[in-house]
Amino acid sequence: MKGLFIISGLGVLAMLAEIFKFKKLLYPLVLIGILAAYVTNFMEWNSNFSIPMFSNMIRFDNVALAFSGVILVTAFFWFILANDYFEDDHVTDHFALVLFALVGALMLTSFSNMTTLFLGIEILSIPMYVLAASRKRDLASNEAGFKYLIMGSFASGFLLFGIALIYGATGSFDLMAIRSFISHANGDLPAFFYAGVLMILFAMLFKVSAAPFHFWAPDVYEGSPTVITALMSTIVKTAAFAAFMHLFLVVFGGVSETWSMVLAIVIALSLVVSNITAATQQSVKRMLAYSSISHAAFMLMAILANNRGWASINAILYYSLAYSIGSIAAFTVLYNVSKAKNSSNIEAFNGLGKRHPFLAVCMVIAMLSLAGIPITAGFFAKYFVFSVLIGTSFKWLIMVAILTSAVGVYYYFKVIIAMYFKQEESHEDVTMETSHMLLLVLTSLFTIALGVVPNYVIEIFSN
Amino acid sequence: MLNGIPINFYIMLSAVLFIIGVVGVMARRNAIIIFMCIELMLNAVNLMLVAFSTLHNDANGQVFVFFIMAVAAAEVAVGLAILSMVYRNFKSIDIDLLSRLKN
Repeated sequence: MKGLFIISGLGVLAMLAEIFKFKKLLYPLVLIGILAAYVTNFMEWNSNFSIPMFSNMIRFDNVALAFSGVILVTAFFWFILANDYFEDDHVTDHFALVLFALVGALMLTSFSNMTTLFLGIEILSIPMYVLAASRKRDLASNEAGFKYLIMGSFASGFLLFGIALIYGATGSFDLMAIRSFISHANGDLPAFFYAGVLMILFAMLFKVSAAPFHFWAPDVYEGSPTVITALMSTIVKTAAFAAFMHLFLVVFGGVSETWSMVLAIVIALSLVVSNITAATQQSVKRMLAYSSISHAAFMLMAILANNRGWASINAILYYSLAYSIGSIAAFTVLYNVSKAKNSSNIEAFNGLGKRHPFLAVCMVIAMLSLAGIPITAGFFAKYFVFSVLIGTSFKWLIMVAILTSAVGVYYYFKVIIAMYFKQEESHEDVTMETSHMLLLVLTSLFTIALGVVPNYVIEIFSN
Repeated sequence: MLNGIPINFYIMLSAVLFIIGVVGVMARRNAIIIFMCIELMLNAVNLMLVAFSTLHNDANGQVFVFFIMAVAAAEVAVGLAILSMVYRNFKSIDIDLLSRLKN
């Protein structure tokens, strides 16, 4: 709870920095603030278990705290990655926008009312639209911001329509009231209640960019500035999944027969479409966009296993942590390489293994983790998802997932092959800041540590 | 029943308005019209929330409407800013021009 206040305060402080001229101090202040938010978040663990705040609008129970922790850790890493994004004229605006987006993300982990769900999604999305379009002269960035805005508000319309229908059926916006209404109704719910659940499902699938609602994602990811793409594919995704999980595992778990088949088809489609399209991409940035769709499908698989209780929450938590850390590492390397070579195509990585062995090793670890190869965190992330899904009637999805993961290995290895077995044509040196090196060391160690001792995260919740 | 009109009529009306909005977003090419269609979708929701709020005798639905209005205003403010930036660079607001990012 205090973490949310600290981040909101930092956002306001960032806007004041413009007026009171302490712009130079802002970057260290934000880093310290995020650490402080993480520490207070950690201290609240187990202490105020499920105490509702603000007339039951927000509730920081342990699940919310765990997801907030993942978001804050990723945010800290992201701010290290993005240090030179905060060096042009709009420093304070960029800081304020990112910090307010973080506030939205934290709200999405802890909402306990449909009102806070809607506000959280909008507080997260509206700054992201601006950030996606933040390269004002760059046509690709313009297009990315515009597409994100249209698709995001379109999805919000569906979300609201769903919320309104559910309100009509149950007479409440409170999630626990809706949950108990479902369990007391014994299947005797009006038809428009089910329509509402499906519309919320479609809206959330839009937000997490699962096929066939993914068409905006590759364009937006490619057009946005690279650091903003990193933000979108880590923090925004984790927050959206925390919300998705809360809604569909906890609240609509009682009517799972309405949505589980739709979700299973969406997952199968996302896995096939994203992996096959990613294999044909020339741009690594666009490939990472498609790979994020396939990772979204994996996290959805854990939501599909809704009769497994804590096990699937653990699996989603572990997956989002592993994926966020791996992505931050991959985007750090991509950012430095594409800055030096002025291209984010796969050819830019040619010969990196010889000239910059450190960068190449970190990229290999990130790619192995994203591909799900053992001793990295990505392997156990996939393994735990499969282990929760095996007890349900959707075992066939595991077959689809394994087959498409094989395709996934192909395109992640394309990068590794380019780095070690191809000759580079031009000799631009990749110059890298010490902070980025430190970040890569940290994320790589973290990825391997999570893969070697996964039980610290995976057994975090149990009955 | 609200004022002698069955609740289904309200649901039908707002569903029709919502669908007009959805079709507008998908079919129209002018960015301003697309914004107007998104507003139509949100206002269809507002209408339905107010109807349900009266039906349940519960003020929460109407409070929610205020949130939607405030957020819609923020969204349009950001949207028009992005749109004017797009217009400055592309000299047009036809969304078919915005397809550079295809392979």
